[in-house]
Amino acid sequence: MAVIKVNNLSKNYGEVEALKGIAFEVEQNEIFGLIGPDGAGKSTLIRILNSLILADKGEVSVMGKDPNKQYQYIRNNIGYMPGRFSLYEDLSVKENLEFFATIFGTTIKKSYNLIKDIYQQIEPFNDRKAGALSGGMKQKLALCAALIHYPKVLFLDEPTTGVDPVSRKEFWQIIKGLHQHNITIVVSTPYMDEADLCDRVALMNEGEILRIDTPKNVANSFDKPLYALEAKEGNYKLIKTLRAYPFLESVFPFGEKLHYTDQRDLDVTQALIEHLEAEGFNDINISKIASNTEDVFIRLMNNQKQ
Amino acid sequence: MFDRLKGIIKKEFYHIFRDQRTLLILFGIPIVQIVLFGFAISNEIKNVKIAILDQSKDEHSTQIIDKVLSTSYFDLDSYLNSFEEIDDAFQKGRIKAALVFPPKFSETLQKESKADVQIISDATDPNTGTQIGNYLQMQVQQYLMEHEVTATSTLPPMLINTEVEMRYNPELKSVYMFVPGLITIILMLVCTMMTSIAITREKETGTMEVLLASPMHASIILLGKVIPYLLLSFVNASLIIALGKFIFEVPVMGSYALLIGEIILYCLVVLALGIFVSTIAETQQLALMISLFALFLPTMLLSGFIFPIENMPLPLQIVSKIVPATYFNIIIKSIMLKGATLSFILKETLILAGIFFFLMGVSIKRFKIRLE
Repeated sequence: MAVIKVNNLSKNYGEVEALKGIAFEVEQNEIFGLIGPDGAGKSTLIRILNSLILADKGEVSVMGKDPNKQYQYIRNNIGYMPGRFSLYEDLSVKENLEFFATIFGTTIKKSYNLIKDIYQQIEPFNDRKAGALSGGMKQKLALCAALIHYPKVLFLDEPTTGVDPVSRKEFWQIIKGLHQHNITIVVSTPYMDEADLCDRVALMNEGEILRIDTPKNVANSFDKPLYALEAKEGNYKLIKTLRAYPFLESVFPFGEKLHYTDQRDLDVTQALIEHLEAEGFNDINISKIASNTEDVFIRLMNNQKQ
Repeated sequence: MFDRLKGIIKKEFYHIFRDQRTLLILFGIPIVQIVLFGFAISNEIKNVKIAILDQSKDEHSTQIIDKVLSTSYFDLDSYLNSFEEIDDAFQKGRIKAALVFPPKFSETLQKESKADVQIISDATDPNTGTQIGNYLQMQVQQYLMEHEVTATSTLPPMLINTEVEMRYNPELKSVYMFVPGLITIILMLVCTMMTSIAITREKETGTMEVLLASPMHASIILLGKVIPYLLLSFVNASLIIALGKFIFEVPVMGSYALLIGEIILYCLVVLALGIFVSTIAETQQLALMISLFALFLPTMLLSGFIFPIENMPLPLQIVSKIVPATYFNIIIKSIMLKGATLSFILKETLILAGIFFFLMGVSIKRFKIRLE
């Protein structure tokens, strides 16, 4: 049975349409990723699901309850970690946890089994003020606080934004580890590479869901051959030249290389090399590659604009 | 439920005791204020410097001068020789008043049974100026009466002997007025400003979002915010009363139980006001502005603490009627200085209680259980 059901959900802030009639379902024990850039509507969606803001239109059901009317039940059974660090900076690690334990009517001891893997990493800093923790530590503490009452559904709003790469990796391991405790997790992130760590993802942009699928299917859904290219003259000049190329479909920088698609379906490697050599490029390196989530996302985003 | 309330109260005390600025506002301001008001700001007439221009230097003028200077109210600065010197003495700030006798003072008095004395008083501070003028006038009149009696052994034919008794504050000590007034003001400052800031701070730092997403009921969140400040305000009020009693000898004539009860009632009113402010303001800065300019200033100026309400123009009188401090000012002065019992201040007490329930009702209604 689906834990979260959303149908035709819309939300406006004055003139701005934050969510434009979206629909999806989240299954029990799933890690469901909301992937998209800033302003895609991820935070708004999470806040509607956890009853903090009201939708303008559409049906929402979380654990079978309506966030509008039965918000007390929902608030009792969810864990929520907002996008901004929202614990008390002038309280120590332990005091923060104790406070959140009491307001949920529990104790650190009772929840220790669930949070111990995370808590052990921050326990050495028990007496340090939360404000003096590093970004990664703060997020771990916030996650502990969100888990302290054994929630059935956990909402994580951009938990890895502003966190160093090592901590990001650790954090995702923690999220993965929560699986065994029967917790359904909805997590938002602007980082495309994190999509692969979810069970299913919804790609969001400008208040719409562009696609919902497993990360693997999303990555493989690219319907064109994709080429990675580089040349000695550098990406800037290369992009400029390719944009003038009549067969171009799309080109965008991706890491150190450019990702390129062509209007023709056949293998265009040779044709491209010849064209670029004629334009005076040297050391041209072209290879056909498998697409990833980001390629798909950019392609979907471009289609959405048209 | 009580555990939750206890948890949030404990947390609130951590915030208060870890923030030195909060502590300073809570306990520094009351002590500084009372010491300032008590010692420095004084409306009493005492050792006022005066100058005398005696152009006749005869029997009556010298006797009047002796009488004036024999009191503790006036000290002689200097004898002057011309009118120009009076201006000079005022401008240099040496004197607050000057007493001028015309030439042939005794002669005129004897011949015509009346004579003129000029009293010049520095009215840059109107209240003190008038008071000094009146005091000097009184001294001169008294001299005339006494002289008449001793000279002729009979009372003047018609005389209404007015005797003014300064009841409740026989020595006209201004600190009698300041101590109750300060309690009113400081409780307002602490309760309203601090609670509204404490709540808006949670909105600003985003912690309110987490609190709202928790199963805690709004009333628990608000109660947890209010109780610590209620306790601290009570400590504050006791501190001011104790300072007033032991340093400035301001008495508490009425019952302490009634005083405590009324103080708690007033604290509740201003705490509710603080919560109300926090439902309007989204930021700490706005909450501070509202507390200071929309609430603190009217309380200070319109509650009857500084200016008498009867003398205000009608619109301001109406405003003063909705300022809770107006009623508490009456209550606390009645209890502390007049020894009033509940029946005398029942009306004001009921009005305060009414304001409390009104504000609480509106605030709970306005308090948002969601983010928008």
